[in-house]
Amino acid sequence: MTELWTTTPGGYLIVLAILLPLAGIILSFTLGGRSAERVALGSTPFGLALACAIALHVGRAGKPIVYVIGALEPPLGIALRADGISAIMLITTAVIVTAAALYARAKFATPDGIRESRSSLIFWIMLQSIWAALIIIFVSGDLFNLYVALELLTFAAVPLVCIDGRPETLVAALRYLLFALFGSICYLLGVALLYGAHGTLDIPLLAQRVQSTPVVWTAAALMTGGLLAKTALFPLHLWLPPAHANAPAAASAVLSSLVVKGSFFLTLRLWFYVLPGLSADQAAMVIGCLGSAAIIAGSVMALRQARLKLLIAYSTVAQIGYLFLVFPLATGAQSWSAMSWSACFMQILAHAFAKAAMFFSAGLLAEALGHDQIARLGGAARVLPLTFLTIALSGLSLMGLPPSGGFSAKWLMLQASIISGQWFWTLPILAGGLLAAGYVYRILAPALSDDRISLKSSPKRSQEVLALGLAMIAIALGFMPQTFSDILEIGRPIAAALP
Amino acid sequence: MSLLPYLDICLALLVVAVAFWTIAARDLFASVVGYVAYGLLLAFVWIRLYAPDVALTEAAVGGGVTGVLLITAGKRLGGLRNVGQGERPGFGLSLVAGVLAAAVAGALCAVILMLPDPPPSLAPEAVAAIHGAGAGLGNPITAVLMSYRSFDTMLEKMVLILAVVGVWSVGADNAWGGAPAPFRVSKPDAPMVFLAQMLAPVGVLIGIHIFWVGADEPGGAFQGGALLAAMWMVTMMAGVAQPPRVDARWLRVALVAGPAVFLVIGLAGGVVAGSFFAYPPALAKPIILFIEAFMVLSIAAALPMLVAGSPGERPDR
Amino acid sequence: MTPSVIAGLLGAALVGLGLYGLILHPHPLRKLLAFNLIGSGVFLVFGIVARRGAAAGLRFDPVPQAMIITGIVVAFAASAVAVALILRLSAVGRRVTLDPEVPTRPDGGDAK
Repeated sequence: MTELWTTTPGGYLIVLAILLPLAGIILSFTLGGRSAERVALGSTPFGLALACAIALHVGRAGKPIVYVIGALEPPLGIALRADGISAIMLITTAVIVTAAALYARAKFATPDGIRESRSSLIFWIMLQSIWAALIIIFVSGDLFNLYVALELLTFAAVPLVCIDGRPETLVAALRYLLFALFGSICYLLGVALLYGAHGTLDIPLLAQRVQSTPVVWTAAALMTGGLLAKTALFPLHLWLPPAHANAPAAASAVLSSLVVKGSFFLTLRLWFYVLPGLSADQAAMVIGCLGSAAIIAGSVMALRQARLKLLIAYSTVAQIGYLFLVFPLATGAQSWSAMSWSACFMQILAHAFAKAAMFFSAGLLAEALGHDQIARLGGAARVLPLTFLTIALSGLSLMGLPPSGGFSAKWLMLQASIISGQWFWTLPILAGGLLAAGYVYRILAPALSDDRISLKSSPKRSQEVLALGLAMIAIALGFMPQTFSDILEIGRPIAAALP
Repeated sequence: MSLLPYLDICLALLVVAVAFWTIAARDLFASVVGYVAYGLLLAFVWIRLYAPDVALTEAAVGGGVTGVLLITAGKRLGGLRNVGQGERPGFGLSLVAGVLAAAVAGALCAVILMLPDPPPSLAPEAVAAIHGAGAGLGNPITAVLMSYRSFDTMLEKMVLILAVVGVWSVGADNAWGGAPAPFRVSKPDAPMVFLAQMLAPVGVLIGIHIFWVGADEPGGAFQGGALLAAMWMVTMMAGVAQPPRVDARWLRVALVAGPAVFLVIGLAGGVVAGSFFAYPPALAKPIILFIEAFMVLSIAAALPMLVAGSPGERPDR
Repeated sequence: MTPSVIAGLLGAALVGLGLYGLILHPHPLRKLLAFNLIGSGVFLVFGIVARRGAAAGLRFDPVPQAMIITGIVVAFAASAVAVALILRLSAVGRRVTLDPEVPTRPDGGDAK
């Protein structure tokens, strides 16, 4: 097992993947003005290439690739590890960040005649910061290093929420900040207790040492609670809808499809990689129930929204709920565990692409119509056919209709619930699909009517195509081959029963 | 020696009392004053825990810079005494919050008393590493911060940059590029100016000294940088200096210097020392001091900028 | 009781006090102060972990102490961003509150 603590071939790629956006932030900030945009856009192809190269290495080797920073091994030093789930998340993040960067060029280009504008500089720096923070979250092997990455993510996400400076966005940002900080400090307290009990924060070392003691349980509860607040799991979701609905479209897309997944990813790391030996059936059950409540409550709230962006944001609350069903369904070394694991990641990916496409489309609609009131969308599909095609396709995936990534995810979840004898999870899964059909119908039905509607401006074709491309990916995920599930299993510890 | 435990208990009770005051005070200003005193008292607790490096950090940041931040904020909110407290929470909510808080604190106490004995520790490894192939530094904390966990330290400096950008980002669009509001609007008064002119050079020297000895003794880049930052703030509060424009190139360069140098040397380590963020053993100490010197600069620039706020909040604009 | 036990209990008490304030105070600046109390309580817990780890001639375990220093810096940065948001909120004429229902006052007045 020493291979988890020594640098492997290809390990250096992980460091480069992290340092690229960090260097981008430094350059963008120092040069300022138009250079910030150039640096951010120029670095995206390299970031995408690095993510693919890491995934290729992981897939070829069939085991995690490791880089020990400074050749100083844990527990004193820090090791970075890219395993199957990291690889998948790195690629997803790279694709969506690249799409968001291209989409945002129209809104966040520095206006002519100005050397530097506030919103442009902030957007391009924070976009790269979110990317950097997420990469570290996906590959870091040290719980304290992960704390710093979580804070980096918070500091990057909050200014995006209030980038246009309206008072309600400031309130949303402040609420988000307080929730996120509270979540981080709970996480940090858990980290302190784990160090106090076991003298290391390296994930595989801890996994070997942890025992089912009150200290470990308290630490796990604190860290989980903090991460759930950051992931906006019901009933800690209150900050999310105003924050995600008020940000500009490109930022909303990144916040909703990627940023909340960062803290969710850490929750998975905690339970399936740090504490796989803890038998936590009751805790998993509670989290599963909260997830189910989120599916129902989020969908019902989405049905009641008057503004399109708020509807999409509440839909995020609901779709996040599905992810938490992985806890009761994938614990232990049962036969259905791998199936639930794939279902969870398929849901992460399908939601990420579909939601980014939705927010892009909502942004295009708001620009073209001058509002995003659902009641006043009458006839809009005739004048904006491409945008509504995108909404329909991504809606298909959110509902879970075949063929789509959303369907694959929910189908696997249903199967796992039944095989594992936990049939009661099928109820929220199915109800969530019906409710999602309801809120997608609410958008499409008026838009497809015969009403006449006038456009304030016609949308940019390139932005429409970007949104459509992401929606197509959400659909195409439905045809993912079996290798997807094999890659996800790379480096996943099999639960070892505690003595 | 037998007196010490009682002193510890008194100190702890005093800290709790001041913390309670911070929470319970009706008036926001009283609460802020309580918090500043609390930060200074905590520094003593840290000394009792044999954590002089943390004590220095806590005194500089928890007591000093945070105090200036909050009091400046209060002034700009139009006088702390006038700030509405919002409606007082009802008895029911108070009770629920109280029970919840007591339960959490109680559970935490129990867990802390249950921490394993003998405790796990990385101190032996750290000591061995300092004498071995490690950094060659006398202060193990500096060795951990700058060598073993250099990656954390670099990220933390990136967090500082993002925080500065975040603070600037809430300014008005048309104010972008301008300077944050001055710390002092009225005419500078002679004693304050005199103090700033006397204190600042001495403080700067002490700050550089703290950074320099930090390699082997308590102190280091952060503590030294924080003192330098405090001196810059004193001169700005006296009206001797004004906050710089946020688009000033020298300011941006100063802010990124620390993490940028860290990143470049970390990358170079991959070529020269065989691993990213590794230092050639013979040169480890001078390289670390070199990086730290730039970090001192970045911290000295970042902390006052975090306190100064976003551009264009001056009332006369 | 050793200093580290006293400091540990102190840390727990501070977390409790902070939590109480965070829930109860409606004003964001008061919430921020309460949050900072929680933060320092957590750092104290980290601190006793470091103190308990005294070994090999050191009176503390340097690893958690280094983490505390990093944590204090990050917590300060967070306070600064929160304060900037609160100030901006009052500057655009919004009552400083976290209640999303409160409308912006048309006269652009300062926080009440």
